[in-house]
Amino acid sequence: MLMSYREALNQAMREEMRRDSRIFLIGEEVGYYQGAFKVSKGFVEEFGPQRVVDTPITEAGFTGLAIGAAMAGLHPIVELMTMNFGILALDQIVNNAAKIHYMSGGQLSVPLVIRGPGSAAHQLGAQHSQSLEAWFCHVPGLKVIAPATPHDAKGLLKSAIRDNNPVIFIEAQLLYGTKGNVGDGEYTIPIGVAEVKRAGRDVTIVAYSKMLQLALEAADQLSREGIEVEVIDPRTLNPLDLPTIVASVKKTGRLVIVEEGWRYCGLGAQIAESVYAAAFDYLDAPIQRVTGEDVPMPYSRPLEDAALPDKARVIEAVKALYGVQ
Amino acid sequence: MNETDQMNPSGQSSSARLFIMIMPNMDRVDVLFLYRQMLLIRRFEEKSAEMYALAKIAGFLHLYIGEEAIAVGTIAALRPDDYAISAYRDHGHCLARGSDPGHVMAELFGKATGLCQGKGGSMHLVDAPRRFMGGYAIVGGHIPLATGLAFATKYQKLDLVTVCFFGEGAIPSGQAHEALNLAALWKLPVIFVCENNRYGMGTSAERAIALYADVAGAARSYGIMAERIDGMDVLAVRDVMRKVVEQVRGGKGPFFIEAMTYRFMGHSMSDPAHGHYRTKEEVEEHRKRDPLLLLKETILSTDLGTEADFIQLEREVGEVVTAAVKFADESPFPVLSELYNDVLAE
Ligand SMILES: Cc1ncc(C[n+]2csc(CCOP(=O)(O)OP(=O)(O)O)c2C)c(N)n1
Repeated sequence: MLMSYREALNQAMREEMRRDSRIFLIGEEVGYYQGAFKVSKGFVEEFGPQRVVDTPITEAGFTGLAIGAAMAGLHPIVELMTMNFGILALDQIVNNAAKIHYMSGGQLSVPLVIRGPGSAAHQLGAQHSQSLEAWFCHVPGLKVIAPATPHDAKGLLKSAIRDNNPVIFIEAQLLYGTKGNVGDGEYTIPIGVAEVKRAGRDVTIVAYSKMLQLALEAADQLSREGIEVEVIDPRTLNPLDLPTIVASVKKTGRLVIVEEGWRYCGLGAQIAESVYAAAFDYLDAPIQRVTGEDVPMPYSRPLEDAALPDKARVIEAVKALYGVQ
Repeated sequence: MNETDQMNPSGQSSSARLFIMIMPNMDRVDVLFLYRQMLLIRRFEEKSAEMYALAKIAGFLHLYIGEEAIAVGTIAALRPDDYAISAYRDHGHCLARGSDPGHVMAELFGKATGLCQGKGGSMHLVDAPRRFMGGYAIVGGHIPLATGLAFATKYQKLDLVTVCFFGEGAIPSGQAHEALNLAALWKLPVIFVCENNRYGMGTSAERAIALYADVAGAARSYGIMAERIDGMDVLAVRDVMRKVVEQVRGGKGPFFIEAMTYRFMGHSMSDPAHGHYRTKEEVEEHRKRDPLLLLKETILSTDLGTEADFIQLEREVGEVVTAAVKFADESPFPVLSELYNDVLAE
């Protein structure tokens, strides 16, 4: 069925909340406002304010509260209005959610989903345009998911809700309105499994979230020029499905990793290191990375465009693997 | 000043009533200046909305329409070397501080001639020479900064005050409370100005703040002197702020003002003026106490000005705003090499 990414998320949460009364949604404007980006449309009407909880602007407080509720047996879904505000909740996420299971020797667990949009939209300025997934991926004890399509968003969100660990689920403002076919009926997609979004023999591109679309467009264009690109979306960033990526690289011998976040210590650096370790002898050229520029996001349109990866840069990176300018 | 000063049913604080009694001694030049500043903000904001519709301005745009009296009244009580800092709804504070409207508009357009060379945008205006230390878009995040500015001026033995503007939505945040405690603990010369426009996005104060009926009580609980004032009456705001500034400058520690106001427009451009969270009638009701209208009535009724003065001010301000848009529109975008400048200081 054709639906938007936003609707797919809405369905995933709705189905899970109907199934399990331990699940509740909490965050700023999730109830009567229907979600800052309207993801929880109709929720307070269906589930009532006890399970769709509007909070004050207190990310540390309500995230901590959700962690506590999870320790006591509930399954909270925390909506962060944007991932930028997750920084305010970072202490709770890193020092509590990620460690409680381990520190307690497995006695306690924190079944919790923290979801909301990451990455830039259009000219939202430096404090509202960040891709922080690498921060979360760095922390043992967290799972991190960043789906690119409505189908993946729905299936992975359901898995995240059913998981017994804290899961950071990263959406994107510019994806909410995008449409795609979503599987009929009840389905889940396992956490930690990548998907080959386009098969090809010459070059592998790894891209996730918003960057998948760029990679697919670049692949289309390159195909017309005779380069067949295989595009892999890891979908889950931690744990990463390395075997799928490595199998592709062994076939193509060339890898480009595309991410919107900052280059330095970005996720692509980790993926590259893992691929070098697993498939060095198969590589015909050094791995290329396409990333956001290492600057706070400027507001001005031409500067913002210059700070973000685009199709031309992906194509350039692929050609660089062949020594072409 | 009486800490328990509360609004009477007409919405005026007792100090506002007191002030109106001494109004006849008001200086004509002063009141017309206050009116002009508020009018400048109003017309600037209306023009910004137009420019947003034309896609000259992008991203988030939060208008200050309805709340002008707070920035204008407060900043009128400051010295040019005092510090001011605000949240993302910051055009009014910046303009009231005296920033050039052309450079502000150019920043909204993302142009190289903008206050921040186009890197900041609407939510992050900074005019350091005018001691406007910025607009910040993480709710509550700049309140500790204000406390730090005040810490610095005390450390440097300067007789400066810092004014920090923020919405009531920031009050529940931990950062606000940590900053209030530090300011009180170390008797810092900072004035917290809470612009209580009753809504943080679509959430009313009642639904977000346990002590919604007495937001200033949060400050009092840390031993900070606090007062609730009518934020629609620019003369009342200025009158109270003059006393507060004098007291804070005199080393008596921080002060907290809860200025009651109302946002006439939506939260940002993506939010209609009256969403499902408030009614059109409610907005109309508050528009009756439009700060520009209130001051105009006072000026006319006290014969400090005439209709001709207002026509003249409209014309002047209209020209300033038109020129600001022209300047912004004709200015170049930043060159791409600017992307990498200013990441680190020299
Ligand atoms: C830490 C944080 N959480 C959430 C947001 C999203 N947000 C932006 S403005 C706003 C409402 C703020 O209301 P208030 O402080 O009363 O200021 P007003 O907009 O009314 O001027 C929210 C929730 C944010 N910018 N920062």
